[in-house]
Amino acid sequence: MEHYMMNLTLKVWRQKNANDKGGFESYPVKNISSEMSFLEMIDVLNEELIRDGKDPIAFDHDCREGICGACSMYINGRPHGPWEQNTTCQLHMRAYKDGDTITIEPWRANAFPVIKDLVVDRSAFDRIIQAGGYISVNTGNAVDANAMPVEKDKADAAFAAAACIGCGACVAACKNSSALLFVSAKVSHLALLPQGSPERKSRALNMVAQMDKEGFGACTNTGACEAVCPKGISITNIARLNAEFSLAALVSQ
Amino acid sequence: MKWSEMFTSSIGKKLVMALTGLFLIIFLVVHAGINACIWANDSGEMFNKAAHFMGSTVVIRIAEIGLFLGIFLHIIQGLILEFQNRSKRKQGYAVPMGNKGSKWYSRSMGLLGTILLLFFILHWWHFWVPARFIGHEELTELEINGVHMHNMYNLMQYTFQELWVVIAYVFACFSLCWHLIHGFQSAFRTVGVSNSKYVSLVQNVGIGYSIIISLAFAMMPVSMYLGWV
Repeated sequence: MEHYMMNLTLKVWRQKNANDKGGFESYPVKNISSEMSFLEMIDVLNEELIRDGKDPIAFDHDCREGICGACSMYINGRPHGPWEQNTTCQLHMRAYKDGDTITIEPWRANAFPVIKDLVVDRSAFDRIIQAGGYISVNTGNAVDANAMPVEKDKADAAFAAAACIGCGACVAACKNSSALLFVSAKVSHLALLPQGSPERKSRALNMVAQMDKEGFGACTNTGACEAVCPKGISITNIARLNAEFSLAALVSQ
Repeated sequence: MKWSEMFTSSIGKKLVMALTGLFLIIFLVVHAGINACIWANDSGEMFNKAAHFMGSTVVIRIAEIGLFLGIFLHIIQGLILEFQNRSKRKQGYAVPMGNKGSKWYSRSMGLLGTILLLFFILHWWHFWVPARFIGHEELTELEINGVHMHNMYNLMQYTFQELWVVIAYVFACFSLCWHLIHGFQSAFRTVGVSNSKYVSLVQNVGIGYSIIISLAFAMMPVSMYLGWV
């Protein structure tokens, strides 16, 4: 692929803290290589801001190889930018051309309050996991691998659901700020496997109850979550969670 | 989990929308089927008999109460959900996502539903209120095989002589079609259909159902206005 340099204009959401009103600031960035990642481009801008004695742009990042789920930018009207099944850190500047203006916003949802600039508090997801995203195992020696038979198609579906990295793009994309794709991936991952069966019913009920408590909206099956998911989590998981939840609620005391 | 907790949870609320929606989907088949009798080419005799059967049978009159409960539950719950969901993102985006990932009609169920609600008020005023309560000078009486009944066919022909009424009905059918294309498959997903072969079946049947039902309803005022029946 041809290498080229570009000059861009960034419109970035700046907000000092959770209580600050915040607003957009425009920054020209020059001599950006098409081979840089999107976050490296922000790094270049931050180096300049620091050199000028200004506050650098705060943003979440960790592994920078698309597996941790930390990066969370809403770029030109789409979580994680224009590429499909991709995280912001794996978005490369060859997606843009010289002279482009790029608008960068934080995830927007009441359940994900802005902490600073592009960093939002996603601990609501942690509390949903704590409510039921676990299994019980006996202590003692580790069980032999593959001691428990699992059907291949169920193992594959569980693995596909387990690919969720909990980045929150589904919430950011959903018009209702619903977290149901995330919750359904976590519930499906365990509900499909024998290891998850002891808490199968309470898990669906408790995780959905926690999700509601955190202030996420209700799903209306628009499919926006699936379209932006960096791990390609299918909304089929949502239908599975609906069934898991309804059956558990019907038979519970 | 109590019933109240189940049906007020986010999935429970969707479940109410889905179950009432599926009930209304079945009702539309009955409604379209009865109304299609206008095309029997017998000056409305078959249609009037069918309408009389629906209006005079005890079981159906009881089912009518269920129908109204279902419609109002669907409308009220739908509006509540729309406003609750909107309130979950107090600060919106400067650049909206638009059609990147979802279809306009799947995001516009509240708007399409509100158009349908406004249409229902007009529709009930045209037919249900005169037939049940206040009567209408064009709602004449007739006798078929010794049975007295309303000439609903006559009232229909009178109502659909006005161009604006025909346009309003066709526009409502257009809204109904988009509302159903999303609603049909969404309802099945909500009740838990996740098996891929059933999901694709439901999606395809849903599109076919939505187009056929909406087209059938839209053609009724059009054929009366153009004098086809």
